[in-house]
Amino acid sequence: MIVGERKPIEEIVEMIKGYKRVLNVGCGGCTSICLVGGQKEVDILNAELRKACKAENLSIEIDAFTIERQCNADFFSELDPMIDDYDAVLSMACGAGVQFVAERYPGKPVFPALNTVFVGVDREIGWYEENCRTCGECVLGETGGICPVTRCAKGLFNGPCGGTTVDGKCEVNSDVPCAWYEIYERLKQQDRLENILAVKIAREWENQTQRSLIQEAYKKRYAKER
Amino acid sequence: MLFCPMERDVRMKSGSTLEKVLRAGKFAFTGELGPPRGVNVEAVREKARHLKGVVDAVNITDNQTAVVRMSSWATSLIVLQEGLEPNFQMVCRDRNRLAMQSDILGICAHGIRNMLCLSGDHQQFGDHPKTKGVFDIDSIQLISMVKRMRDEGTFLNGIEIDGPPEIFIGAAANPFAEPFEWRVYRLAKKIEAGADFIQTQCIYNMDKFRDWIRQANDMGLTERTYILAGVTPLKSVGMAKYMKTSVPGLDVPDEYIDRLQGVERKKQGDEGIRMACEQIKEFKEMKGVAGVHLMAIEWEHRVPEIAERAELLPRPQV
Ligand code: SF4
Ligand code: SF4
Repeated sequence: MIVGERKPIEEIVEMIKGYKRVLNVGCGGCTSICLVGGQKEVDILNAELRKACKAENLSIEIDAFTIERQCNADFFSELDPMIDDYDAVLSMACGAGVQFVAERYPGKPVFPALNTVFVGVDREIGWYEENCRTCGECVLGETGGICPVTRCAKGLFNGPCGGTTVDGKCEVNSDVPCAWYEIYERLKQQDRLENILAVKIAREWENQTQRSLIQEAYKKRYAKER
Repeated sequence: MLFCPMERDVRMKSGSTLEKVLRAGKFAFTGELGPPRGVNVEAVREKARHLKGVVDAVNITDNQTAVVRMSSWATSLIVLQEGLEPNFQMVCRDRNRLAMQSDILGICAHGIRNMLCLSGDHQQFGDHPKTKGVFDIDSIQLISMVKRMRDEGTFLNGIEIDGPPEIFIGAAANPFAEPFEWRVYRLAKKIEAGADFIQTQCIYNMDKFRDWIRQANDMGLTERTYILAGVTPLKSVGMAKYMKTSVPGLDVPDEYIDRLQGVERKKQGDEGIRMACEQIKEFKEMKGVAGVHLMAIEWEHRVPEIAERAELLPRPQV
């Protein structure tokens, strides 16, 4: 899941200040699941915005609408007829959703209400942890299911560095486990240490330009368009 | 899990003094010099003068602890002009593979022949804690890249180099960081990647170090690389406590602190040097240890005295 956090109210007010009618669009996908951008959070934000605008003597009308996902154009059909009534849009989706809305309505200013933070998991309700940097060449098969790109502070492929503490924590933060300590422990437990015995050579980074991809089964379908 | 003990490649790789001393089977002695936080060239020359003729080579740190300083290659050049042999350090934090390879060519073009490949302290510790760390490749990949440049005469991408660099390749090892059982295998990986010599983290826990070097001997690793034992004399009780609690990956047993506490404040530095000399004397006799790397932090002027007391002088002429 993609995890986000809400921007400070002051920053959001600053973005929508110059507009009279603003539509705040929620997303029923990831940001709803991580309790930051669904219908409920849209309503909470709008209430806060109204209060803040009143305090600043701004007269902005703010409405709410949540669609199933902002990262798929099929879900925009309900939104399409509404957009003309507004002079700006606030989006509570991840950065990808915000961009898709902006692309759909090129004449409208679209503003992000969230900071998109990471791809991660639920540790507990409302508590998330980053686990994948979408590097494009997954090594989890060799590293005991623990991502060195994300969870090692130096992204080492041949760890651990010399900074692992006595209790197996990372040198940068005594609350965070050293990824390579954990990789070692897990592989040892599974009797698979040979996985990390050989030198892992320098990788060719595949995430340095924007990526797009077509699944194998659809290659034919899009062949002409490309 | 066994590494075949291969023989060391006997051909001279760089012709550096450090390489010659080690290949001649002499006990090597290296020092360390931290570049200034500005263009204070005289400070570098001053530090270098204390070390000239006392050490075989001096490590020039690369933005150590992630604090901006004069670049390690530029400082290495000044040191070279002073007639002292530099061991140019390079960390993976600040450069991508393009910058690394061009700096390697650059230092070699200017006559620098030793290089130490490191991951680098995380930027969070430094004076620009929110900079973007590069870590395009890691320290082991850096070692293997330098080896490839030198021995195969190609860049990392396989393209031929117009005049390959001649470098004596060094790497660091920390026998004290966890997981201890894995540390000797990580040493093996560095050797596999191409480390001609190793400089260890500062050693205080001698029992643990003896254990580690025994493992390295048993695996034949000390036949394939030269291991220089890291020594940092403790200047005071305060420094010892700081090293124990605040420097990640260091292991300072209480006996060091007790011994320093046993002498009056003014004499603690002297006691620290005495302990360092005792360590060095043991390293000289220890199987698998080829030399000592003395990291006398901001204490360059006392290195001659330490070398004298540890009976490391005169340095061999090779
Ligand atoms: S290696 Fe890590 S960052 Fe790369 S795809 Fe796998 S989990 Fe994601
Ligand atoms: S301590 Fe572990 S997680 Fe932290 S940078 Fe070093 S190897 Fe990576």
